[in-house]
Amino acid sequence: MAGIFTAAAHIPYLKIERKTIGGAWERGAQKGCRSVAGSDEDSLTMAAEAAGAALEAGGREKVQALYFASTTAPYREKAAAAMLATVLDLGGNMETLDLGNSLRSGLGALKLALDTAGDGKVLVASGEKRIGYPRSDQEQLFGDAGAAVLVGGGDAPVAYLGGYAVTDEITDVWRTQEDTYVQSWEGRFVTGEGYLRVTAQAVKGLMSQMGLKPEDIAKAIIPAPDPRSGMGILKKTGLSQAGEAVDSQLEQVGFCGAAHPLVMLAAVLEQAQPGEKILVAAYGDGAQALLFEVKSAPALPAVSVAQQLAKRGELKSYARFLSFNGLVEPQPGEPFRLVPSATVTWRERDSLLRCRGSKCQVCGTAAFPIQRICDHCRSMDQFDTVRLSSMTGEVFTFSRDNLAGRPDDPVIVQTVVQMENGARFYGLMTDADPNQVDLGMPVKLTLRRMHDLGGFHNYFWKCRPVR
Amino acid sequence: MGSIKDKVAIIGMGCSQFGERWDTGMSDLAIEASSEAFKDAGVGPEDIEACFFSTVYAPMGGTGSSAAADALKLRDIPIIRNENWCTSGHIALFEACMAVASGMYDVVMALGVEKLKDTGYAGLGMGRGMNPVLEARRTAPGSFALIAKRYFEKYGLSNEEGKELIGRIAVKNHDNGSRAPKAHFHNKVPLEKVLAAPVIAWPLGLFDCCGNSDGAACAIVTRADMAKNFRDDPIYLKGVGVAMDSTMPHLRPNFDWIHFGALMNSSKKAYEMAGITNPREELDLAEVHDCFTITELAIYENFGFSKPGGAIEDIRSGFFEIGGGLPVNIDGGLKCFGHPIGASGLRMTYEIYKQLQQKVDNPERQVKNPRLGLSHTFGGPPQISAVAILGNEKG
Repeated sequence: MAGIFTAAAHIPYLKIERKTIGGAWERGAQKGCRSVAGSDEDSLTMAAEAAGAALEAGGREKVQALYFASTTAPYREKAAAAMLATVLDLGGNMETLDLGNSLRSGLGALKLALDTAGDGKVLVASGEKRIGYPRSDQEQLFGDAGAAVLVGGGDAPVAYLGGYAVTDEITDVWRTQEDTYVQSWEGRFVTGEGYLRVTAQAVKGLMSQMGLKPEDIAKAIIPAPDPRSGMGILKKTGLSQAGEAVDSQLEQVGFCGAAHPLVMLAAVLEQAQPGEKILVAAYGDGAQALLFEVKSAPALPAVSVAQQLAKRGELKSYARFLSFNGLVEPQPGEPFRLVPSATVTWRERDSLLRCRGSKCQVCGTAAFPIQRICDHCRSMDQFDTVRLSSMTGEVFTFSRDNLAGRPDDPVIVQTVVQMENGARFYGLMTDADPNQVDLGMPVKLTLRRMHDLGGFHNYFWKCRPVR
Repeated sequence: MGSIKDKVAIIGMGCSQFGERWDTGMSDLAIEASSEAFKDAGVGPEDIEACFFSTVYAPMGGTGSSAAADALKLRDIPIIRNENWCTSGHIALFEACMAVASGMYDVVMALGVEKLKDTGYAGLGMGRGMNPVLEARRTAPGSFALIAKRYFEKYGLSNEEGKELIGRIAVKNHDNGSRAPKAHFHNKVPLEKVLAAPVIAWPLGLFDCCGNSDGAACAIVTRADMAKNFRDDPIYLKGVGVAMDSTMPHLRPNFDWIHFGALMNSSKKAYEMAGITNPREELDLAEVHDCFTITELAIYENFGFSKPGGAIEDIRSGFFEIGGGLPVNIDGGLKCFGHPIGASGLRMTYEIYKQLQQKVDNPERQVKNPRLGLSHTFGGPPQISAVAILGNEKG
């Protein structure tokens, strides 16, 4: 029987208080805060962070497929899953597939993985960064996050028991190809005839199919577009107790669309006890519900959701929030003297995307990016490549440049990092309070969207403090 | 390695006014500097057998050498452009010296011009176009500032102590610039103002960073044995040292961002050729690459002006100030004279040349009876260095 080895979530470093958003419009605010993707994050980079953590926890061997799910993929035409497989430094001889257009695509990708894993492993990754209209409730309620689930057959510690699906065509919440913002029909129709009715149908259908009573379910993960609907669906399905058993900490993140059920699953698995049955559902033009049983404690990512939530930076400016979402265009900064090149990015993908450095076979000197000639002993073409993205490092030196960043995110921490294998990474730091940076600070590498030049997104690695 | 000590002489130099020359184009700058050099040497464009031309941005890549031909109406001679970042002016001088030392030419020109203020931007921009992402958002101040934290750490300076120490270099160079009519800036600044200035790239504040200026400088070079045919007080090349290195110092596991191979080796080569064993004592003045105050500090130690860690005491005691043991950047340096990239090496050499002839344009900054002076530029990220040592007597 297929099951889950591990799940990981990436909660962006930045949060914004909902009252900051409401206050900007001189209107009321929902409670708490929501997560905000940094100016260098998108659905792909957030998924990559989570997927990297899942692979480190669950093991990267035998991964035969990678599915990426999002309604906000960075490209309309170009596979994010292929880029993800590359930045995760997985083999080329594997299946990759993007799933999108539906808030059910995250859970749907997980179901597809469970159905197809066989003896190997399948990695499901999702990232989401949906944009609500300025001044809307959604602007406050949405959150940005990434998640990943590592699935496989055989002895996976969290067994998949069964699923139930409902398809139900309805124009309740949508974005056309041209829309920036999420559109929706009248609220009572959306909630009553859409979310509540159809989600309940799937959840109840699954319980009936599996012969389960509400008290048999220890944890019910039923993502909701708003807290009120969330309580409503638990009441309607009789799962209030199982729903309340799920830590409500993700209220401090917001509703993360297609990624949300997987983000919640990662948080729940951190607390999972053997014998517990976990129900996960997702809604969108129908609904899907899956049932799992915890057989033994799953592998856990190095950094928990709670730890991520405890270490966040606050975005205090609504103007910067708008700018990070691409909704206002601040005054341009200094020009780039960088030449975008799809050819260079492709040719140097082992360093630029796979984050591999070289280690000299003759003298052992490690370097990043890959060097054909060793800087120390000048041996040519005698090196092994080594993945740096799995390692930690320490800040060797740094500076804080106040003028080099984007106008809406101006401070750049140039950093030289001493990696644990002796290589030096020379790049930028992200997800940090620049004033807290110091020598010896432990850091990890993280894939980020550097800039858009040449009409495409240029991704590369930065360092960030260990959370 | 061989030597060209005393084989080459500079017989004329010129330097334009430096600054924000809004009404002056690249050609005008070249004309301004070369006219002074022609007059000083008593030669004209028809006497120039080859021109070594340095410019970095001007106005962009792919311009070849024609900008110099266009401006000065040089024709039918080799004009060889080099772009080696901040050392470009020194490399033009180096090429000119090699050209006459080889015997191939008798009279050649080294010309450095940079017109930075036509871009519409205050700074130089980010990255250098070598890779789509590796140098993203990497600026010169951010890159050189990496030296500071390592230096502070190594010698136990608090951030405040370190900032004050490099701030004293800004105060010195601003004081010097006030006595240099052709400099971009002439304002003296007190230390309190330096320390309170806006941060550009921590720990570097506004006054720790050099000016972004327009300017040009020019040298007419001949064989030493012909020099007295042109003037009574030619200035002789005593030593040159050029050391270029990878712009990716992080590839070297032990690189400490305090000791720079390019600095140490370029100065060592120049000292050896010039026969200098104790630069602190034997040099009468030096113009070094103070693109940022922390850079000047690192150079003191890498060049042997100060012992390791000794720059701290030397700065505090005023050793490098005018009237001190070894005046450094007596014309205000890049800090105040300005830093039009491709011109700077020749501008710094111009100051040494005029000092050694005791013909500085403002006698208030004239060093008494100098014999040996050093000029130097350092580019990169800091891994490319060029040194020239000049003297006013043979032998």
